[in-house]
This record gives sequence, C-alpha cells and structure tokens, in this order.
Amino acid sequence: MSASTAKANVEQLREKLRTIRKGIITSTTAAGSGHPTSSLSAAEMTTALFFAGFLRFDPKNPSWPQRDRFILSKGHAAPLLYAVMAEAGYFPASELNTLRKLGSPLEGHPNLRRLPGIEASTGSLGQGLSLGVGHALAVKLDRFDSNVFVLLGDGEVGEGQVWEAVMSAAKYKLDNLIAIVDQNGYQQTGATKEVLDLTPLAPKFEAFGWVSQEIEGNSLENCIAALQKAVQAKGSGKPQVIISKTVKGYPISHLLGNDPNHHGKPLTAEQATKVLEFLETTTA
Amino acid sequence: MNWKMGKATREAFGQALAALGADYPDIVVVDGDVGNSTRTELFGKKYPERFFNVGIAESNMVGVAGGLASSGKRAWLSSFAAFVMCNAYDQLRMSIAFPNLDVKVVGTHAGISIGEDGPSQMGIEDVSLACSLPNFTVIVPADEVSMTAAVQAVAKIRTPVYLRAGRPNVPIVYPDGCSFEIGKAIPLREGSDVTVIANGLMVAAALQAAETLAGMGVQTRVLDMHTVKPLDDAAVLKAARETGKIVVAEEHLLHGGLGSVVAMSVARQHPVPMRFVGINDTFAESGTPEGLLQKYGLTADAIVQKVRELVGK
Ligand SMILES: Cc1ncc(C[n+]2csc(CCOP(=O)(O)OP(=O)(O)O)c2C)c(N)n1
Ligand SMILES: [Mg+2]
Repeated sequence: MSASTAKANVEQLREKLRTIRKGIITSTTAAGSGHPTSSLSAAEMTTALFFAGFLRFDPKNPSWPQRDRFILSKGHAAPLLYAVMAEAGYFPASELNTLRKLGSPLEGHPNLRRLPGIEASTGSLGQGLSLGVGHALAVKLDRFDSNVFVLLGDGEVGEGQVWEAVMSAAKYKLDNLIAIVDQNGYQQTGATKEVLDLTPLAPKFEAFGWVSQEIEGNSLENCIAALQKAVQAKGSGKPQVIISKTVKGYPISHLLGNDPNHHGKPLTAEQATKVLEFLETTTA
Repeated sequence: MNWKMGKATREAFGQALAALGADYPDIVVVDGDVGNSTRTELFGKKYPERFFNVGIAESNMVGVAGGLASSGKRAWLSSFAAFVMCNAYDQLRMSIAFPNLDVKVVGTHAGISIGEDGPSQMGIEDVSLACSLPNFTVIVPADEVSMTAAVQAVAKIRTPVYLRAGRPNVPIVYPDGCSFEIGKAIPLREGSDVTVIANGLMVAAALQAAETLAGMGVQTRVLDMHTVKPLDDAAVLKAARETGKIVVAEEHLLHGGLGSVVAMSVARQHPVPMRFVGINDTFAESGTPEGLLQKYGLTADAIVQKVRELVGK
C-alpha cells in the first residue's frame, strides 16, 4: 500500500468514526439511559479493528466458522458495538434508535441470542476474556487462523476471573488472542487510581507471559499500528495485550460539565444537539 | 388505589444504613464499585474509615466481609443482586454461611423492574440462591417504610442475612408505619375467600388486585410475606385453613422463590389449591419497568386472573 492510499484510508476511517460516535450519542439519548462515555473512549480502537482490515467478518454470514471474533467484555459499552455493527451492515442504522426498547434486539447489554454477529452475552463484568480463551482454543482445534479480540475496561480488570483467563491463555500459548484494555482511568464510583489502582498494567500481563503494548488509544493511527503488531505475533506462542490509554468520553468530555467520568448517563437532548454539532466538524 | 409514591427500597436501605452508623460503631461496609447505585455511598461519605470499596471484585468483597465479621465487626456488603449472589456464591457459602458469620448481604437492582439495563443486570434468582444458604435469613421488603424497619431489625441479629432491594421508586404500602418483625407476615387486608401472599413490589400489586376482586364480590386476604426464610408457617396455615385458596406473587423466578417455599409449607401443613405469579423460567429483556412487568405478567391484573381461576369467577 502506498503512503497516499494509506492516508486516504485513514480519512475514510475517520468518517466512519464520526458516524459511529454520532450513533452512540443519538442512540443513548433516544433511549434515555446507557453509557455513552464508556462507549466513546474505545471508539477509535473498535473502528480500527472492524474497518482497517483486522477483523474478518461477514454480516451476511455472521457465524462463518473462519471469522475473527470480537468480544465486548465491557458489555455496558453496547452502544459502541451496535453503532459499529450498523456501520458494518449487520442491520440498518435506523435501528440504533430502538436501543433498550422493549422488543428491540439492541438490549442494554449485548445478547448473542438476539442479535447475530454478537459473539458473547456480556454485562456482568470480568467474563469476556475467559470466553475469548475458549474461542481461541476452538479455532486452534479447528486449525483456523482466526484471531480473537477481547475489549475490557480498566475497572473490569479488578475481577479475579480476568487474571484466571490471563493465566490460561499463557498456558495454552494463545498467540491468536488479543486483549485490549480500554484504560480510560475511571470506573463506576470514581477514578481507578482511587478505587482500585492496577497501574502499571503492562508488567502484570507480562509477568503472566503475555506480550504488551502501551499506546495512546484515542488515535486511529496508533490503534492501527498496535493491532498490526499484535496480529503479527502469530507463531510467537504468546497472547497479546494492548493497554490503550484513553479519555472517557473522548472527544466530547469537555462538553459534559465537570464530571470527567459521566458514567452511565445519557446526554440530555440539549447536550446531544451541541455534541452532535461538535462531532460533525471535529478533526479529533 | 391512591398510592403515594415513595423512594426506591435501595435508597431507603442506604439511608437507614447510614443512620445506623452512629448507634453501631462496629458496623463496617464493603462495596464493589457500585456504592452510588446501591446507596451505601451514603454510609461511606459519613464514615469513610469504615467503608471499603474493593473495586469490581464481588467474590473478594464477600470474602473481605467474612474476614471483618470473623474479627468481630458487624459487616454489611452490597452490590446488584445478580452480581453478589451469582458471582460470589461459593464465597457466600464457604466464607459466610458455613461459619455462620454476621454479614448482611444486600442485593439491589433485584427483579426485572430495573428496566432498560436488561437481563444481565437483573437478579431474578437471588432469593432462591439465598434460601439455599443454611443459616441465612432472607428478607424482601415491599416499600421504603418496611425496608427501613428491616434494616434496623437485622442490625440487631448476629447471623447472615440476605436483604433484597429494588431500583425504581415504589408506592408506600405502610403510610402509617409498619410493625416489622423478622419471620412474621404482616396482614394488610382481611378476606375469607382467598389469600394472596406477596413480597417486594408485588405487595402493592396484591392490594390493588384485592380492591378489584372486592368489586367482583371476592374477599381477598393479603399477606406481606417479607421474610422468605424463616417462613411464617403459622400465617400460611391460618390462611390455608380460613380461606382455602392461596395465590403467591413475587418478582422472581417461580422456581425456588417465595412461591416454592410457601407451597412446601402448605403441602406439609394443610394442602389447598394454589396459583403462582412470577417469572416463568425465562430471562427477561430490556424495556421500561412498566412494560416489562406487564409483559412478564407481574401485575395486579395477573393476580386477579389467578384468583379468578381459583374461585371460579
Ligand atoms: C460483575 C459486575 N459488577 C459490577 C457491575 C456494574 N458496573 C457496570 S459498569 C461498571 C464500571 C466499569 O468500569 P470500567 O471497566 O473501567 O469501564 P468504563 O465504563 O470505564 O469503560 C460497573 C462497576 C457490572 N456490570 N458487573
Ligand atoms: Mg474505565
């Protein structure tokens, strides 16, 4: 790929990112509940994963056995997953505004029984990486070269089960398993520094036999580079983790008042209007 | 009926617990990063040195409470009913129930009335699980008044308790106060044709159903069975003898909840025809609380239907 086409591709990705961010805002505001800031912090990473060629998937054949898997372990960021899936063509974008409504498959947290393309029913934090280990083992048994990506929160990694999964991934040399920790610095009741400070995270994963990268994660370019490195680790026998340092609510946190966490709160209609205008033009 | 809307039972719990802090200097509270939802943050703000937020780590939270209780503290812990009961069940069993420790476990966001967050966050099996822990007392208050009384009552005992709380605001069933006693059903309405035994937010629905049924000439007794374990067998026997028919209503799976417990008591003491209102072996979904209660049949109308089946009207 020449430098200029790579650049053009990033511009296309940026437009997708814009659509996804707007989908997160409009769907949660229409629902009157949900977790927009938890969704936004990982939007660049998830956009890069789905649309920069890292995740092989087929919306017309969601359970295609050779597909790559994406597990949203931090299930409360479902609005992000839904906005990405709409952009990927799993369902029409107009359905995003049925989020959390009775009868809609777009439940408050992902439900794999109701929406084809969802790999795991999540929402009780701490369980996604174990499921990822299972998927990674299964595709190895089937001799597929599929990768398994799991997105976790930096509060979520306080669950002991996450570390049990970390240990089994190393035991089974799952170099097709890529964990991404969305390190936005906040969990429900406050800053992770105050609630349960697990930084530095990278050495903890390394101590268990994983290979880590630390990046500034609110950048498509950085996410692409990190994902590239992680998928190239195939054959190393080592599971990969990307510690993605982000801002919760990026790039609109400055428009949300003085609570930098703004956890689990949708934007009001007025806030949403302002934010959507900002998202329309921002180059962030 | 003309209900006065009250607070959510989780809010009443949080306020009552914070108020107890002065009377009991040995109360300690453990949180798993949800104190702003379960309302234990009210205690935490008043008594920061006696409040421990261990992060998103429910099994650790339960174990830590067990250790505090083993060292003589009056330990309380709280999370969503689904997370504390299901994620930390072995710890509740081994570290609390088996050694019979003074730990008060409060599961909030119980039932489907949490609404939009959906099934992963809904505790619909918690009462059944709690009842399966020997030494545990299990209590499901109906409103803010009885929740406050329940918190004060369980603070006095030194054995494990599971207390269930809801997310939404609920009507006040006890506008004039409530004489709450652990293990004693509260008769809320007299009637000789049938008894409705309920707890949690189904108590208000039962009272509303009784009103409708009165209009059809059916006199309905209503019992608030806030304590599921130990069950008030005497009140159940009296209802079975005097009304000959019983409907049980709860915001919980039918299997293993209040209905199962009452049915066993009825079968053992004085078998009579029974019907059950509850969640029938399914997970729910996202939706408004009202929409979900309607769809999953947890309404006054559903109770009326079951009573009519029994009385043949
Ligand atoms: C097992 C479990 N415990 C508690 C919760 C409630 N809860 C939902 S989101 C959240 C905070 C998550 O923080 P983090 O993992 O950092 O994700 P962020 O929202 O910051 O992206 C909590 C405690 C839950 N969903 N599951
Ligand atoms: Mg976080």
